[in-house]
Amino acid sequence: MEFAELIKTPRADNVVLHRPFHPAVEGTLCLTGHHLIFSSRRRDNAEELWLLHSNIDSIEKRFVGSLGTIVIKCKDLRIIQLDIPGMEECLNIASSIEALSTLDSVTLMYPFFYRPMFEVLEDGWSSFLLEQEFEHLSSVTNEWRLSCVNKDFSVCPSYPPVVIVPKSIDDEALRKVALFRYGGRFPVLSYYHKKNGMAMLRSSQPLTGTNGRRCKEDEKLINATLRSGRRGFVIDTRPLNVAQQARAKGGGFEQEVHYPQWRRIHKYIERFHILQESFIKLVEACNDQSHNMDRWLSKLEASNWLTHIKELLTAACLAAQCIDREGASVLVHGSEGTDSTLQVTSLAQIILDPRCRTIRGFEALVVREWLQAGHPFQQRCAQSAYSNSKQKWEAPVFLLFLECVWQIHRQFPCSFEFNEHFLILLFEHAYASQFGTFLGNNESERAKLKLPQKTMSLWSWVNRPEELSRFQNPIYEANSLVIWPSVAPQSLQLWEGIFLRWNRPSRFLEEAEEERINIIKYNKELQAKVNVLRRQLAEMEADGEVQEGEEP
Amino acid sequence: MEHISTPKVENVKLLDRYASRRAASGTLYLTATHLIYVDTSAEVRKETWILHHHISSVEKLPLTTAGYPLLIHCKNFHVAHFVIGQERDCHDVFTSLLKLSQPVKPEELYAFSYNPKMSKESREMGWKLIDLKLDYQRMGIPNDCWEITDINKDYEVCSTYPPEIVVPRAATRAVVMGSSRFRSRGRIPVLSYLYKENNAALCRCSQPLAGFSARCLEDEQMLQAIREANPGCPFMYVVDTRPKLNAMANRAAGKGYENEDNYENIRFKFIGIENIHVMRSSLQKLLEVCEMKSPSMSDFLTGLENSGWLRHIKAVMDAGVFLAKAVREERASVLVHCSDGWDRTAQVCSLASLLLDPFYRTFKGFMVLIEKEWIAMGHKFSHRCGHLDGDPKEVSPVFTQFVECVWQLMQQFPCSFEFSERFLLEIHDHVYSCQFGNFLGTCHRDREELSGSAKKGKEGDISFSNNSC
Repeated sequence: MEFAELIKTPRADNVVLHRPFHPAVEGTLCLTGHHLIFSSRRRDNAEELWLLHSNIDSIEKRFVGSLGTIVIKCKDLRIIQLDIPGMEECLNIASSIEALSTLDSVTLMYPFFYRPMFEVLEDGWSSFLLEQEFEHLSSVTNEWRLSCVNKDFSVCPSYPPVVIVPKSIDDEALRKVALFRYGGRFPVLSYYHKKNGMAMLRSSQPLTGTNGRRCKEDEKLINATLRSGRRGFVIDTRPLNVAQQARAKGGGFEQEVHYPQWRRIHKYIERFHILQESFIKLVEACNDQSHNMDRWLSKLEASNWLTHIKELLTAACLAAQCIDREGASVLVHGSEGTDSTLQVTSLAQIILDPRCRTIRGFEALVVREWLQAGHPFQQRCAQSAYSNSKQKWEAPVFLLFLECVWQIHRQFPCSFEFNEHFLILLFEHAYASQFGTFLGNNESERAKLKLPQKTMSLWSWVNRPEELSRFQNPIYEANSLVIWPSVAPQSLQLWEGIFLRWNRPSRFLEEAEEERINIIKYNKELQAKVNVLRRQLAEMEADGEVQEGEEP
Repeated sequence: MEHISTPKVENVKLLDRYASRRAASGTLYLTATHLIYVDTSAEVRKETWILHHHISSVEKLPLTTAGYPLLIHCKNFHVAHFVIGQERDCHDVFTSLLKLSQPVKPEELYAFSYNPKMSKESREMGWKLIDLKLDYQRMGIPNDCWEITDINKDYEVCSTYPPEIVVPRAATRAVVMGSSRFRSRGRIPVLSYLYKENNAALCRCSQPLAGFSARCLEDEQMLQAIREANPGCPFMYVVDTRPKLNAMANRAAGKGYENEDNYENIRFKFIGIENIHVMRSSLQKLLEVCEMKSPSMSDFLTGLENSGWLRHIKAVMDAGVFLAKAVREERASVLVHCSDGWDRTAQVCSLASLLLDPFYRTFKGFMVLIEKEWIAMGHKFSHRCGHLDGDPKEVSPVFTQFVECVWQLMQQFPCSFEFSERFLLEIHDHVYSCQFGNFLGTCHRDREELSGSAKKGKEGDISFSNNSC
């Protein structure tokens, strides 16, 4: 496949670029296989814009006389406009961009062609292996084991090759349990709460069907996480009636008669199709130019986005409460166990585990609970809020999780090692990236595509000290607390950093951030000075005493 | 103290809105100035102080298993929910609070009894800290075009203006007096802020008594004098901050707005900010939304929209921005008024000044701004804040809205203000607390009379600026 075949016009001159917060600039537009590049005429061809085709959600063409305009709407919610002289040129460029931004095959994506310009100190592909996580776990408890039953992805195609399960359950049992869970997603350990030894498991729905099938191995597996005489909670992210109706299609829920020690709670989290609609409506509300307060509030309300935030935070708090306050083990699942399930388990860990609030801890959480756990990134992030083609599997499931993390971050500003920009970075790279981290839908696909060998990992780049410094939270104070966010509507705000990023200038807010960092740095310097002076004073006092003693 | 029948009640619970299971238990005290609740159930002794002046309403709620509930709403939005064991005690506290929270005579206000350990010199210094003449000097006044005149020293021109006002030099005594007869309550056009860089002026007044066809030569000359004091621009704006419909309705009552045909080179504009009754109702609805028990996101956002509160905030801010842009970018002078020129006019003029001049974003500057545009220019704090038992229809959160607009600006420009949100909250608290003399009464003349009649007089009046610096 030659990219050149798709590019009708690789270059156009006298193009005017309009982007947010910059004045319009004239220059040259170039199309390569992976990028749209704009260099301005003045300032010796400075490159004003490098846009990945994979970041393009949709384009619109407009013509006024012989001047063509292409409006490019990006997955990161940016909107840029190109004025191209000449109708034919404009049409060629538009169709080239269309073709280049709608490539089907993953192997044509930029990560396979990207050559890093930096020295790779750490290979991000092997930074967060489950084996390392397990080593850490086995230092506090020996109730679990690492199973390789899925090493060729034959037991569960969407799971990683290695999973953590209760020690008492052998691989044979796991195979049976996999047949009892939708998509083979049998219950595995998601999180172990050191404080009280409680566990959070996740899975997909049990295939009880209309006959009330049961699987003793499945029951044994989750019962193995219960303390003697104690109950567990199953948090089902579907409403009760949906869970009941699922039986007609072969699915279902854990029946009390077979799982007497488990109490089921239904905490409804929206299906991903609904999320996509919400996302589109919210972005549309943010772009509304009428600047009318009533319209804004009613559009914001009608999008329901903040409602989803509230629901997800509430579900995560519920799971965390069961573990930390009730001292009970928890099993979380929805239907497929690849969307709402992962949102709840990862968010609950943010609440419960201070390690997840460090930069590396958060990266490990994303790798473990989203990438390895098989969230179908490729499908979900194929299109963003500006797509105008028919929606199939796209949904901002990961974005909703990131935003919930941001909401908690806002309420507990000293408890996170990273800042808001880190979360925004992850959002961007999930949709379009030069790195291979978010390609593919699960570990099986990533292995087949040989991503670790053929592409660079995002973590290799972002964990370099010069990059990491941009993402650190200056007021971070490590603590060992469980942090409980408020889910009252008044406490939840719109994430301006994502949704209004291109609508309002951030100069003054960035100034304030800089100021904050300077104040903290200055404070540290003064503190160090105080310590030096104190030491000197102590030494002088000691000397003084010695001299006094020596006096005749 | 005669209002207090029961100064102390034990075994009173204070309910926490969010953790209803963890009610504090303690003792309630009533003093002459405060309600004090001492929590004896917590490990560390905790006190909650509520100033009587801050109380806007006291309600007895239906009897519960825990006892007799008393719900107190404060003007600074604090809500306290007590549960008292005995009905007799609850009723006593209730009636006492009703009387204590609604003083009838100005002398009953806290300012006249508040007596911190401060020397006479310090007290007097507090009052002198803010000298408005210095602010005019900063603007370059007096200069060729503008002068500070004491024509109002006996309140002949306007009973609600301060004795010294800034008018164009070209305005003769006859013009001033004539204009005062043509303006509601004699509130003639005067200078609020002069933008030195281009001589554009922000002026304020009240509505003209134009009716459908009345004219006043002197008032027209007054506006001409203002316009000509700014040679850099051939026209000036006249901005009516009321909705057009309301302004038109006023014409039927013999008042109204300026006719572009009668005034040379003015561009007239309506910026519809609603009146004090709409704002009072809006705040009430907003507080109800905030007090909803476990609302859904939808309930909250819909309630917020229906209250209209943010819409009104935006309207005030839009107006402030319009005035600032007219002065700075179009180099045009602007004359602003509403009906009486002491509510919406004060809001938009002070907001525009904040946008234009960084001085007003310092501690000192902000205090000067409030002294100038609100206190000196006769915003009826006493009525708007319900200091005394009076007409509830006069109460309205005009100053609260202004403070919120400042806060909104601080959110967008975090490095541009010398003070923090806490300063705004302190000021807001004290506008209602009547602890200091600054916000008492309705205008300069009223405060002079209060100082004279009250026995403690100026000695008893502590200025807020003294305390906060």
